[in-house]
Amino acid sequence: MKLSPLKTKKYIHNALKDEKLLSAVDKATQTALKKREDKKDQIPYWEELRYKAHHIKKNVIENLDKYLEEFEKNCLKNGIHLHWALDAEEARQIILKLLRDKNAKTVVKSKSLTTEEFHLNDFLTKNGIETLETDLGEYIVQLMDQIPSHLTAPALHLSRKEIGGIFHKKLGIKYTEDPTELMTIARNKLREKFLTADVGISGVNFAIADSGAVCVVENEANARLTVGVPKTHIAVMGIEKLLPGFEELATFLKLLGPSATGQKATVYVNIIGGPLFNKLQEGPEEMHIVLMDNGRSKILADPQLRETLFCIRCGACLNICPIYQQIGGHAYGWVYMGPIGITLIPQYLGDKEGKYSPFVSSLCGACYEICPVRINIPHHLLKLRNRVVDKGYSMKVERFGINAWAFLAKRPLLYRFATWFPGKFQLLLPKGRAFPVPGYTRERALGTFDLKGFRKRFLKLKNSDYQDIKQKK
Amino acid sequence: MKVALFIPCLSEHLYPQSALSMVKVLRYIGADIEYVDNQTCCGQPAFNSGYRKEIIPIAERFIELFKDKEYIVSPSGSCTAMVRIFYKELDIRKDLIKARDELSNKIFEFTEFLVNIAGVDKLEGQFNHSVTIHDSCHSLRELGVREQPRKLLRSVKDLKLIEMEKSDTCCGFGGTFSYKFADMSVAMVARKCRYINECGAEFVTSTDSSCLMNIDGYLRKHKFKTKAIHIADILAQSLNL
Repeated sequence: MKLSPLKTKKYIHNALKDEKLLSAVDKATQTALKKREDKKDQIPYWEELRYKAHHIKKNVIENLDKYLEEFEKNCLKNGIHLHWALDAEEARQIILKLLRDKNAKTVVKSKSLTTEEFHLNDFLTKNGIETLETDLGEYIVQLMDQIPSHLTAPALHLSRKEIGGIFHKKLGIKYTEDPTELMTIARNKLREKFLTADVGISGVNFAIADSGAVCVVENEANARLTVGVPKTHIAVMGIEKLLPGFEELATFLKLLGPSATGQKATVYVNIIGGPLFNKLQEGPEEMHIVLMDNGRSKILADPQLRETLFCIRCGACLNICPIYQQIGGHAYGWVYMGPIGITLIPQYLGDKEGKYSPFVSSLCGACYEICPVRINIPHHLLKLRNRVVDKGYSMKVERFGINAWAFLAKRPLLYRFATWFPGKFQLLLPKGRAFPVPGYTRERALGTFDLKGFRKRFLKLKNSDYQDIKQKK
Repeated sequence: MKVALFIPCLSEHLYPQSALSMVKVLRYIGADIEYVDNQTCCGQPAFNSGYRKEIIPIAERFIELFKDKEYIVSPSGSCTAMVRIFYKELDIRKDLIKARDELSNKIFEFTEFLVNIAGVDKLEGQFNHSVTIHDSCHSLRELGVREQPRKLLRSVKDLKLIEMEKSDTCCGFGGTFSYKFADMSVAMVARKCRYINECGAEFVTSTDSSCLMNIDGYLRKHKFKTKAIHIADILAQSLNL
């Protein structure tokens, strides 16, 4: 499935016509929001937690070099091998080399959006390594040859029927749409793979700098098996995933469960610290962490926009977004979707390829209101829109129009004259009809221009009108 | 109390009656009204489309026009937010920075001004209709206006305030978003209007003319019974002004 954010307008258009998609996404997001509300209300200091989390992340991001060095030092102590990947290509090559060294034929993966950034599955498959997603949602999406449509619920856009259909087609089983049966089928298929896979690849939710450990949260225990059963574990993470210590982790875990899936806490919280961690000496013999930049340090360079690196990928902004609720995740055209996605797309892929993305928003701000780390998404979108414009990627017609308008808006007399026109022009239209605005007026009537306007009407008000009001009082 | 009017473009050209209603209510509570002639646009549509450099002179003009006023009041939450919040993101002339920061403390959305500044607890009008309120995004999330319009509406005799489902969900207008992503915007306003219709109120009101234009446009085109009305119009009518 090859998507491009440049086609977002077309995708949105198609998504809006897809009734099945709408009903699946709507149902899933509304349920998640209700559950979130309920769990959040059980934490009276929720708002304080959000501020706290924001400040923790702010400190980490502003001192990332320091925390990364600390993390590296402690990882090495725990016997973890660290690899630094500057970009997608480097990350792919590092992982491929590790797998080749191990002579790996089969890899099990637990959900990792970071690896979706560089299309790891396709790459490994092309290199003859069987790569299997083990998170149920991600497994389904992989069978469908799609990418996740939500940060935490990858198959949220699919109905039971569609899932039953793809299981029937790809796994050669009898058609069923019973969730329990489907789950059992997936589990049996996956169990076998867990036991035979050579390497497990996981993502990382949080990395703990002062301990050299990573935290992976999940509900299905597939991540636990991915990082625990195969002899080698490779964790892939963006460099922004760091937290100073376990105390800070507690703050984030409290926020993450309710925000993501409406759970008080996820079923499993895995802390993985390598073969020597706490002298436990259990789990895989070898652990590797791939620390990936892939554009993150460029984001870090902008004092305002670096706030987008605070994101913990909970997906709450997707669930609350009145746009996402109606179109799902694929319409955004990249791995990261929804409000946070459209801030990340132009930053990761460049303003040219992401030139439409920051505009897929009415700037309503519901995302900022819900964000557990208080990322001011609407303000960042405005900044990113400005970047698109300043780099010359906005439409020529629009630029011309804005410049003409700006010229007039500085000259009140001319401005008044220019804005008087539409009203007059309207007189030429059939009665009661207003200006046609492309797209806008197809489903919406436009208000009619007032021929006098406020200014004239106000200046005509007499003192006697004023007296009237005083007397009424 | 001296109040300078800031009349946004939509109010000037499409909904002057609502702005006049605002004037009447402000006069009713005893404010001295001043209209600053030569005001144009605050620059919001261009700013939201990403044009910052282009609106700097417009913002500077606005600041110079209004900097000496005691209070500035506007019938639009989003235009108020533009001046109060977003002017701070513009690289304006150094000598105007102080004036800009002061301006942000004295410019108010209409209901916010009535309740928070003029200290109006109730308006003793009468309006024998049911009304539901749409929280305009910028009023709600940039200015923190939520209770003010409700407080005022509740004080009106015979007015039945009905809360619709998800009153704080965006109506889908979003300025240029409404034609750049027209079908998305329509899908959003359709949903909003469904909530409005389901709550059964005769009128839907708001603190922003632009949201109301969008909602009203959809309601009329699809022949819903509910009418869109600016909160200033309800208050002025209730007081028989």
